[in-house]
Amino acid sequence: MTKGVIPNKTPMPEQDPKERIRNFREVPLGYTEELAIQEALRCLQCKKPTCIAGCPVNIDIPGFIDLVAKGDFLGAARRIKATNLLPAVCGRVCPQEEQCERACVLSKKFESVAIGRLERFVADYERETGKIQYPKIPRRTGKRVAVVGSGPAGLTVAADLIQQGHDVTVFEALHALGGVLVYGIPEFRLPKSILEAEVNYLAALGVHFEPSYVIGKTESLDELLQRFDAVFLGLGAGLPHFMHVPGENLNGVYSANEYLTRSNLMRAYLFPEWDTPIKRGRNVAVIGGGNTAMDAVRTALRLGAENAYLIYRRSRAEMPARLEEIHHAEEEGVQFRMLEAPVRILGDENGWVKEIELISMQLGEPDESGRRRPVPVPGSEHRLAVDTVVVAIGQGANPLLISTTPGLRTNRWGYLEVNPETGETSLERVYAGGDIVRGGATVILAMGDGRRAARAIHERLR
Amino acid sequence: MPRIVAKEVLAPGIKKFVIEHPQIARKRQPGQFVIVRVHGEGERFPLTIADADPERGTITLVVQEVGHSTMEMGRKEPGEVILDVVGPLGRPTPIRRYGRVVCMGGGVGVAEIYPVSLALKEAGNEVIGIIGARTRELVIMEKEMRSATHQLIVCTDDGSYGVHGLVTKPLQEMIERKERIDHVFCIGPVPMMKAVAEVTRPVGIPTSVSLNPIMVDGTGMCGACRVTVGGTTRFACVDGPDFDAHQVDFDELMKRLAQYRNEEKLSLQRLHVGEEEPKCAARAAS
Ligand SMILES: Cc1cc2nc3c(=O)[nH]c(=O)nc-3n(C[C@H](O)[C@H](O)[C@H](O)COP(=O)(O)OP(=O)(O)OC[C@H]3O[C@@H](n4cnc5c(N)ncnc54)[C@H](O)[C@@H]3O)c2cc1C
Ligand SMILES: Cc1cc2nc3c(=O)[nH]c(=O)nc-3n(C[C@H](O)[C@H](O)[C@H](O)COP(=O)(O)OP(=O)(O)OC[C@H]3O[C@@H](n4cnc5c(N)ncnc54)[C@H](O)[C@@H]3O)c2cc1C
Ligand code: SF4
Ligand code: FES
Repeated sequence: MTKGVIPNKTPMPEQDPKERIRNFREVPLGYTEELAIQEALRCLQCKKPTCIAGCPVNIDIPGFIDLVAKGDFLGAARRIKATNLLPAVCGRVCPQEEQCERACVLSKKFESVAIGRLERFVADYERETGKIQYPKIPRRTGKRVAVVGSGPAGLTVAADLIQQGHDVTVFEALHALGGVLVYGIPEFRLPKSILEAEVNYLAALGVHFEPSYVIGKTESLDELLQRFDAVFLGLGAGLPHFMHVPGENLNGVYSANEYLTRSNLMRAYLFPEWDTPIKRGRNVAVIGGGNTAMDAVRTALRLGAENAYLIYRRSRAEMPARLEEIHHAEEEGVQFRMLEAPVRILGDENGWVKEIELISMQLGEPDESGRRRPVPVPGSEHRLAVDTVVVAIGQGANPLLISTTPGLRTNRWGYLEVNPETGETSLERVYAGGDIVRGGATVILAMGDGRRAARAIHERLR
Repeated sequence: MPRIVAKEVLAPGIKKFVIEHPQIARKRQPGQFVIVRVHGEGERFPLTIADADPERGTITLVVQEVGHSTMEMGRKEPGEVILDVVGPLGRPTPIRRYGRVVCMGGGVGVAEIYPVSLALKEAGNEVIGIIGARTRELVIMEKEMRSATHQLIVCTDDGSYGVHGLVTKPLQEMIERKERIDHVFCIGPVPMMKAVAEVTRPVGIPTSVSLNPIMVDGTGMCGACRVTVGGTTRFACVDGPDFDAHQVDFDELMKRLAQYRNEEKLSLQRLHVGEEEPKCAARAAS
């Protein structure tokens, strides 16, 4: 059945590594129309496609790919948008290798169809040609919904409910909209203009946005419930974890959130044209192995680091980051230091980082996560000269709203407990989804939660 | 958007702004702050809410021009808007009946201690105010502080007005006279807060200081504002800004405040260059 198939994905043009580490522009340049059609033709159009089930929001993958193959790019975009609000984002940041592409039949023998690249292509095509289609909005119902947090979960709820005719207001603590997509994920991976276009689209549909508005501070959840018929909490998991090793408050030590927020949200890489500074370290150690760590270490390179180290306590195989990001980081010259963990950070007399002490690790028995547990090798401590350290070991639930709202039930990690079918929390009329329920997860899972909650909210309001 | 309805120069380099923001005016409590961003390429920086008028829907901010961002704010005039004002952030200062309290403010810190002092007085405490500045013309809000205290002592470093010396001097004298002091609240430059902590420590007077580390988001998301209190790391924007003065690592705070000294100089130079050649065009384009 797979005879005559081209074994490999059509490559996507990219900025040259030597070039791109000196700018913050996007790394992959996207398919041209010809390349997209060529790749779309690799799809077998399976009668019983396995890929759809691999997609958390069940995009009609063969359907849209078929439209691409026929050159109907706008039709393809609309087909995707029937189930996925942010294809330009998902095409770029989803871990496709663990989702749809892993489920593609081709992946048994060859490389899978490049579903993510095709998704990205059609979304970009639609946006760049300006032929965005606005859905017809049914008569206003007069019901009011408040969405707290403008990350992918919140934006999905807003989009789904505005299209049902409800009034939607999105409250966001920061001055910019998009959650992690604007403050965390760098420009070279997800251009800000894409998110702006998505937010503008929602605004054009009638969604009302209130940035710089912190629920729990500017207004309480109780007060919101008096003004709105339902509330969705898409708060994210924005609390940075530190390692609790000596020296962590030295100058030059950042949480990944701070480092990335300064660089992305505040455009510190454009300092002094923009006002927010960031330390441009020459020898930078980033601690962690996820997408956040990968984003931080590649940002460090672009800020001019001569040595950008990625320090991870397990081995390469256990790194949770997207495959493509690991590959890009390697191409760009990031120095991977596997099986090492920080013991302490050492500073100079003015309180600046000058060295980090590491201990070597080896892999022992598997732990609860199924990955082999790293254990320190006694006596293997050694030092590395660095002037900047970025801690990217994970995030937790921000207690700001939850701690000031009696009756909101959380689990032992501080995440909200919800009914998995509806996203309803322990408080009547209050729903939640995304990272505030799951812990640090993915964009598409946050969107899936938003969709589920929106359906339940709509049921309630009808 | 938050519009400036009034502006007043309180002293050279210290300006008072009254800004429309009904929600914050309604919700704010003494000790809380806002984060502002003056324009699209601007920094986010914290300012204490010095006062609020819930009826008119306004808040009062007092800004000391120490660098790029505060100077840009200082140039704003009534009728103009401040791009973003978010808050009220931080935990309010616990206001209750302590008994006899001392409220201390240094420099622009006077504007920050004022709402605390007023609330403590209204809560039935006997309030002694001690405020200080380098020299006479930098003493601010003396009249307001008189109405927010039962007794006010003004100090100047150079002796040009009131008591000659630092604010710790009258405090030390009160302690030596064995006057009753149930709690000290102090807001000012780090060296002043540290000195006050050292004065009250030996006699065990509970002392609260309001810490002013560098901040970015102000909602507990970045950790830029971390301070060491009692040996553990706290985020000043959500766990504070008030902390037990006797537990604070002031030396670390001081070092952390100097983190961007070189960048601040560069930024300030650009602001002055920008005076001859407005950079608005470049900014609008980016
Ligand atoms: C650096 C980084 C890289 C990542 N890379 C990837 C990737 O490549 N692929 C992938 O799939 N996932 C990635 N992730 C994970 C993904 O970004 C998250 O899973 C996703 O953004 C979660 O969406 P959310 O809507 O739940 O919350 P968020 O995106 O976190 O948004 C929550 C928003 O709510 C706001 N908020 C919080 N509390 C309040 C309040 N009280 N009042 C008002 N507003 C509030 C916050 O300011 C924030 O803007 C990455 C995460 C990080 C940090
Ligand atoms: C909770 C809180 C409340 C505050 N309330 C007020 C207020 O009501 N009025 C007011 O004028 N200022 C207040 N500050 C201080 C104010 O935020 C800073 O002065 C301001 O961020 C400096 O920015 P800049 O760009 O003008 O100066 P920069 O160029 O950033 O700094 C110039 C100089 O000021 C010092 N500095 C920088 N940041 C701070 C800081 N956060 N605190 C003290 N010194 C600093 C630097 O070390 C440097 O020497 C407050 C700070 C905090 C954390
Ligand atoms: S499984 Fe692969 S080949 Fe089959 S329809 Fe889906 S993308 Fe095409
Ligand atoms: S300012 Fe970011 S956590 Fe406090």
